[in-house]
Amino acid sequence: MNLLEIVGIHKNYEGKPLLKGISLSVSSGETLCLLGRSGSGKSTLLRIVAGLETADSGDVRWNGESVCDVPTWKRQFGLMFQDYALFPHMNVSENVAFGLRMAGMKKAETSSFVHEALELVNMSGFATRSVTDLSGGEQQRIALARALAPHPRLLMLDEPLAALDRALRMELQEELRELLHKTGIPAIYVTHDQEEAFVLGDRIAVLSDGFVEQSGSPEEVYKAPKNRSVAEFLGMSNFIEGKVVSVNPLEVKTEIGLLLPSNCLKPDVKIGDQLLVLIQTTGANLATRQGGINKINGVVSECVFRGDDFKVTISCHETIYVFSLSEHCEMGQSITIQVPDSSIVCLEE
Amino acid sequence: MPNQGKPRNRFLFSKALWVLPAAFLLFFFLVPLVKILLVMVSRSGVLSANAILQPLLFTLWQAALSMLLTLALGLPAAYIFARYNFTGKGALRLLTTLPFILPTVVVAAGFSALLGPRGLLNGWLMQAFDLQIPPISFMNTLGAILIAHVFYNTSVVIRIVGSALVQFDPRIEEAGRVLGGSRWRVFREVTLPLLRPSILVAALMVFLFDFTSFGVILLLGGPKFATLEVSIYTQTLSMLNLKMAGLLSFIQLACTFGLTLLYTRLNGKRSVPLMPRLKGEGVRKPHGIFEKAAIVFLVIILIVLIVSPLAALAIKSVLQMDVSTQTTSLTLAHYRELFINRNDAFFYVPPAKAALNSLYYAAVTVLISVGLGLTASYALVRQQGLKRWLDPLIMLPLGTSAVTLGLGFLITFNQPPLDVSSFPLLIPLAHSLVALPFVVRTIQPALASIPASLGESAASLGASPWQVWRKVELPIIHRAIMVGVIFSFTLSLGEFGATSFLARPDTPTLPVAIYRFLSQPGAMNYGQAMAMATLLMLACALAIGLLEKLQVEGSAEI
Repeated sequence: MNLLEIVGIHKNYEGKPLLKGISLSVSSGETLCLLGRSGSGKSTLLRIVAGLETADSGDVRWNGESVCDVPTWKRQFGLMFQDYALFPHMNVSENVAFGLRMAGMKKAETSSFVHEALELVNMSGFATRSVTDLSGGEQQRIALARALAPHPRLLMLDEPLAALDRALRMELQEELRELLHKTGIPAIYVTHDQEEAFVLGDRIAVLSDGFVEQSGSPEEVYKAPKNRSVAEFLGMSNFIEGKVVSVNPLEVKTEIGLLLPSNCLKPDVKIGDQLLVLIQTTGANLATRQGGINKINGVVSECVFRGDDFKVTISCHETIYVFSLSEHCEMGQSITIQVPDSSIVCLEE
Repeated sequence: MPNQGKPRNRFLFSKALWVLPAAFLLFFFLVPLVKILLVMVSRSGVLSANAILQPLLFTLWQAALSMLLTLALGLPAAYIFARYNFTGKGALRLLTTLPFILPTVVVAAGFSALLGPRGLLNGWLMQAFDLQIPPISFMNTLGAILIAHVFYNTSVVIRIVGSALVQFDPRIEEAGRVLGGSRWRVFREVTLPLLRPSILVAALMVFLFDFTSFGVILLLGGPKFATLEVSIYTQTLSMLNLKMAGLLSFIQLACTFGLTLLYTRLNGKRSVPLMPRLKGEGVRKPHGIFEKAAIVFLVIILIVLIVSPLAALAIKSVLQMDVSTQTTSLTLAHYRELFINRNDAFFYVPPAKAALNSLYYAAVTVLISVGLGLTASYALVRQQGLKRWLDPLIMLPLGTSAVTLGLGFLITFNQPPLDVSSFPLLIPLAHSLVALPFVVRTIQPALASIPASLGESAASLGASPWQVWRKVELPIIHRAIMVGVIFSFTLSLGEFGATSFLARPDTPTLPVAIYRFLSQPGAMNYGQAMAMATLLMLACALAIGLLEKLQVEGSAEI
């Protein structure tokens, strides 16, 4: 069941369209990751859902009912800000108790709820500390506890880990995922980091140029990015134009040779159609012989050790391709790379 | 090697920079203050409890009232400035900065031109209803004092509380709303507690200014109202009771130092959550009739309060009234008269001469205050250890009333080899004392913002210390120096309190001349006072314009 529905949201920012008809939904217990570059309007969308900004057109519905006329403070949607926005004149427990008091709870009654929320984020010992003395990671947890304490119907997180260093970010990603599943609160998580989106999202929506480019499970989106911009955003870089020479099985003729894609996102392809083919960087191997299908010949221009594998850049017909290989290659060496069918996808656009 | 000792000499020189400002403050600030105390103890004179208690209570009373009125206007004004975008906001903001450096005589002349017995409003009313006496009696009332104080200090509240509000991270309020707090509740529980220190600091500063106000009380309150400041003045110059004046000064000093100390304490605690944020975030257009009406209402009040007396002043300076025909006409006679030397009165000094005096004193003040300000700023930045005593010492004149300074100078330097006739030489020294804290507060942060590595890398590239200063440091701080120059020049042009003690009858400054012309009968005298005050006002407006331009260009630094 969809609890939250965002329908056709348009929003202009300083005269320019920022959101051009965004429709999304979140069902109970689900975490939706909004993935997009900075400036793509992700935060604005959250603020519209929270009621901090109004959309130019479109609707936000909860349980089928529009909440557009409900003021922010009555929506019971939790929002965690990127820089936490903790109240500097209150200590940790006063911060966490704020939402409870606003809901009408007497000060004395809040303590057990505050305790519960602090326990949830592993910050039980910090109740009387001043929020200005906390480290970034600690502030992040307190902000989360504050958002969770009043048991919001929906939790929204606006790049909550962006300000933290990499190690802490990885640690908190895991914690957050566990916590979101434990509480079962439907959540919208905004980030520009695809890795974070894969870890946290039950579903991912890629926002670009004011539209939802694609949405689906992390695996779906990764395996079958709809178009070049989504694929590029997910860190993919091997694209090549090709012409369909056979439909069943699908064969595409390109300047590097014949490719047999396992997956074609474009419906109703005919012989002679032009297609954009994506070759995933993973799954490739060094081939012993030249020639044949699903092979690329090229000269190694870079080989970087990355721990688990080597990132090998080759140039072929003056185009650069990147692959993850298990073996080291010499610069200037001519190599042939064999790509499995499953790593070749015809994009929809 | 021949130049072995050279670096060490330079080292010594830069270590001794503090001596200059410290010596200046010792001789021209601390010594006069001590002399006041000595006079209070040693001189004979009549002391009466009533003559102390009455001015003290009245000073506190008017300062408290003025402060409350100022907050009542200033707080809402600060809020709309910080939170709303509306047409003419920039112009209005510039307008509200004008009172900062407007001399008291100009303001007094402005209110007189608007509401005084010869003022525009009374003139119109008398003409319209054929009245024989002016219907509005505004001059010499408590109301006049209060309104002039609100005129002056509303901008202080707008500046202090407004900047706190502008720096306020709007997300903190939004977090409150998302957590279920209504706008009003979030304002009460989040915004207000966070603003409280800034509001207190603004209130205290306004109180301090009103407490030490001199020109406004003397010029607009008249003889009926005696604050401590005015009492010091009259006890010294009219009653010649230096013992009494000294005692009043002592009380005044004790109060202002106490207030300044409290201010410094509070100001240290005043920190607003400053977080990286987009420009203009949290500022929006007004929505709804209530918000729009409130803004229009406040803007009208501010414009009427600030513009109308100044406009009236400029209008009165070019209006001539013919008594026989009861008609008014435009004229430049008042301005022309300024340059005509009529030696028919004893101690008559042509206004042009007073203006020249003022310009001369202002130029000397700039040399002294900016020279010492630069020296002190370098000393403070280079030797952190000095901060503990030199910084408070430089700031002390801020909390000292100009009249007390004048009295101190009078007592200290009225002995051989100096005498009464050499007092005018002391005028720029007194002005420099008042200007120095501002100059240091402008230059020192700019200087401190230069990382040491900049000079070091220039030196490693072959720049001599002089070249480092000339090519690296000066270009960075020159804007701050210009601000200091303009500020101290304008301050000196308009200073009235200390000058009224030190100016001899034959060497008045422009403000002293305006005061004299205002208090003399005759339409031509009044018109000339208006003309001089208008010129002084224009000079200040020009200064504000220049300061604003410097700030806009250097906005990255500020």
